Amino acid sequence: MRLELRGITKRFGSLVANDAIDLVVEPGEIHALLGENGAGKSTLMNVLYGFYDPDAGQILIDDKVVDFDGPGDAMAAGIGMVHQHFMLIPVFTVAENVVLGHEPTGVAGVIDVAKARAQVKEISDRFGFHIDPDALIEDLPVGAQQRVEIIKALSRRAEVLILDEPTAVLTPQETDELIAIMRQLKEAGTSIVFITHKLREVRAVADQITVIRRGAVVGTVAPTTSERELASMMVGRSVELGVVKDAATPGEVSFSVRDLTVIDAAGVRQVDGVTFDVARGEIFAIAGVQGNGQTELTETILGLTRPTSGSITLDGEELVGRSVKEVLRAGVGYVPEDRSTDGLVSAFSVAENLILDRYDQEPFARGLALDPVRVRSSAVERAQEFDVRTGSVDDLASTLSGGNQQKVVLAREMSRPLRLLLASQPTRGLDVGSIEFVHRRIVAERDVGTPVLIVSTELDEVLGLADRIAVMYRGRIIGTVDAHTHRDVLGLMMAGVPHDEAVAQAAAHQTVLGQADRAVETSSEEDA
Amino acid sequence: MPGVTPDPQSARLEDPAAETVAPGRGAQLLREITTGNAMISVLAVVAALFLGAVLIGAADPKVQNAATYLFARPGDFGSALWGAVSNAYSALFQGAVYDFDAQTFARAIRPLTETMTMSVPLIFAGLGLAIGFRAGLFNIGAQGQIILGAIFGGYIGFAWHLPIGLHLLLALIGAMLGGAIWASIAGVLKARTGAHEVIVTIMLNNIALYLVAYLLSLKAFQRPGSVNPISPFIDKNAELPLLLGSGFRLHAGFLLALVAAVGVWWLMSRSTLGFTFRAVGANPHAARTAGMSVERTYIWVMGIAGALAGLGGAAQVLGTERVLTGGVAASFGFDAITVALLGRSKPLGTVLAGLLFGALRAGGFAMQARTGTPIDVVLVVQSLIVLLIAAPPLVRSIFRLPDPARAALTGARA
Repeated sequence: MRLELRGITKRFGSLVANDAIDLVVEPGEIHALLGENGAGKSTLMNVLYGFYDPDAGQILIDDKVVDFDGPGDAMAAGIGMVHQHFMLIPVFTVAENVVLGHEPTGVAGVIDVAKARAQVKEISDRFGFHIDPDALIEDLPVGAQQRVEIIKALSRRAEVLILDEPTAVLTPQETDELIAIMRQLKEAGTSIVFITHKLREVRAVADQITVIRRGAVVGTVAPTTSERELASMMVGRSVELGVVKDAATPGEVSFSVRDLTVIDAAGVRQVDGVTFDVARGEIFAIAGVQGNGQTELTETILGLTRPTSGSITLDGEELVGRSVKEVLRAGVGYVPEDRSTDGLVSAFSVAENLILDRYDQEPFARGLALDPVRVRSSAVERAQEFDVRTGSVDDLASTLSGGNQQKVVLAREMSRPLRLLLASQPTRGLDVGSIEFVHRRIVAERDVGTPVLIVSTELDEVLGLADRIAVMYRGRIIGTVDAHTHRDVLGLMMAGVPHDEAVAQAAAHQTVLGQADRAVETSSEEDA
Repeated sequence: MPGVTPDPQSARLEDPAAETVAPGRGAQLLREITTGNAMISVLAVVAALFLGAVLIGAADPKVQNAATYLFARPGDFGSALWGAVSNAYSALFQGAVYDFDAQTFARAIRPLTETMTMSVPLIFAGLGLAIGFRAGLFNIGAQGQIILGAIFGGYIGFAWHLPIGLHLLLALIGAMLGGAIWASIAGVLKARTGAHEVIVTIMLNNIALYLVAYLLSLKAFQRPGSVNPISPFIDKNAELPLLLGSGFRLHAGFLLALVAAVGVWWLMSRSTLGFTFRAVGANPHAARTAGMSVERTYIWVMGIAGALAGLGGAAQVLGTERVLTGGVAASFGFDAITVALLGRSKPLGTVLAGLLFGALRAGGFAMQARTGTPIDVVLVVQSLIVLLIAAPPLVRSIFRLPDPARAALTGARA
């Protein structure tokens, strides 16, 4: 099936989310749609999937104009979509989820479970998915849930499969499996539209790459295009992809976590006997797949959660048992993983957000009275220093882009003398330009001798920033390695494989992205 | 490891509170309703008055009669409708603001002073509720807090005998304490156990109602030699002074209410305490992450809200009524919810909304007396205002306004 989008334009009020976009997906092609957050990729796919009506333009399937009134029409025309956030019902089985909405029925409308099961089994076997039709969704790992979504789409005879940021939730090994699946589907004649902002993946898997910036197509290129070129097409200027930093010169250990265990209200050991040290002037990164206890670990360090046992010391002072306010006052700068929930009050102005944890201290307050003039003038300085792009510091934080919001959080947390910088997912959802900025500030903080603790699920970020890396899996630190560890080894460790075994396995089987990594290394050596 | 093991008690205390601050869809909706823009408020009043006019017409016998031959002579129907509505609303206006038919100027402006008098408890209680709304607390308990303020202030007022000035001051402080204690029960329960403030304050309203009835059955609260549920008159030294002499009921409580409004403005916009209130109301997660104590804020907010409502009770018992009765709070505590909502939880808005509701209350009686329009129309108008405020999209579609949320969203994306 040949899919063509011709001149698709979609406006929201004065915002042009898609500006006359042309896209052709040939049969059996993996077509990557590359662009930053907010570039208009998802809008375009929602138009294609019938969620939005385009203001102008046409969708053609096999050169015939089609008109979708909703996802139902799109599905009927052979378009399947796997959303970034899965549309599955956790307490239903795989088979039930797959047939949901078009259940095969027998006598008197009874669902024909056997038929549903057979359907799942057939597709699963055909592509080697290893999915048990009777397993409950909630018991499956994320990668398997994604395969269920793919089965769901294929069971509706999808010939074009849209994958929206499919690798965001996967471990490197799961990503590798997904890439294999995508290639298999391609062999079988299915076309794939692969939406992503990760350059590495695009080059590894795509046949064609269409880059979108600010709602318009910048160009369609071959996967041989270098990462640097792709990045500059995406951003509109040349960017530094790696993190530029000198070797760390670690001082003495000033932040220590010992045997920290956190058991939550449900009795689950979220953090299980975690021990590590961070020295002055080093960036210590905790890598791991989302949901392996990193959130609980950082919240416990901040004092939001009380640990069940263990100790946390900063320059010899015990932090366990202190309130959040006391921990912040002790010199901890905290960048929360979810800035919109924990980092900012979106209904507050930029200036108010910049004093969120210092509003009751000099010079911003005298006694009970706030000093609005000081608050504002300090905010103007901070905004300038941290390059917060806003019309005025009186604008609401909700009007800023994600990158600028994150800069507000950083500006607040880094504008006081720090004894520890704790940053969780510091660049999640940011554009390439902002990532560059955030990384630079974090390295600068390290270089003045502050111990820096980074928690990240992005392997690229961990590899780029860290001086030492600990991998967290199911609440435990499965191993601590140096920054030059290969990504395949780290990826296996993130999936729970101990270090030595991971080294052995990685040597035996290289992932697609790992190979790409090695290729880049060799070519850069040749350049040198 | 000593000092590291957390005590299980405090851990247990923290959990439910943590759940209550989760910003659900309900909290989002509450925030929208309580802090929307002023235009919606004004248009809600206009739309409610218009719908009220429909009801006035429907209740009027002449209009009903003209409707029977509507198609034969539509002019009759129109003029009857116009007559009924204009008479009713002009009576409402004359009863609430300025009486054109009065013989003397003093009598002509008397309705306005009545409106102002009626607005005092509404403004006090409305300010308290507004603080709560902005801190994310839906305090329904102004009724009970007014009653407790009236009990404390009233008792000090009639039972004690102190020098002028001091007596009034102590009675007012007592009223504030009474309201604050009552409201803090809900605040502490919310902070400690996560008990929802809506339920607790509603229950406390009923308890307060029966508490005052019970107290008025005791010798200590009754007039000497009487068994009626009515207290002795307030000591002269504890009365709020009249502002315009004995011909008018308007008393110094009105000025206090305006001072309180300025105070609340300062508290919410210029003080560190108000900063935490607003932060906790807008995003309790971020507030907690920034080191603020969400639980302590809840107790503070309820305490201050209760103190303000208590002052409203004091204004009734020390100013307007000058005795303590079981009906001292009338329905002020409930009307104050609408006042705070209509005032968009802002001090100035609350004062204006309080005056409007004072006017509806004062003018409603005149409307019924002069034109026979049932006073229930006023109730319906008040209720419609609540309904329309709670449904901004409805008001927007009636008046064809753009959706500000969507405009802001697209602005942010661009």
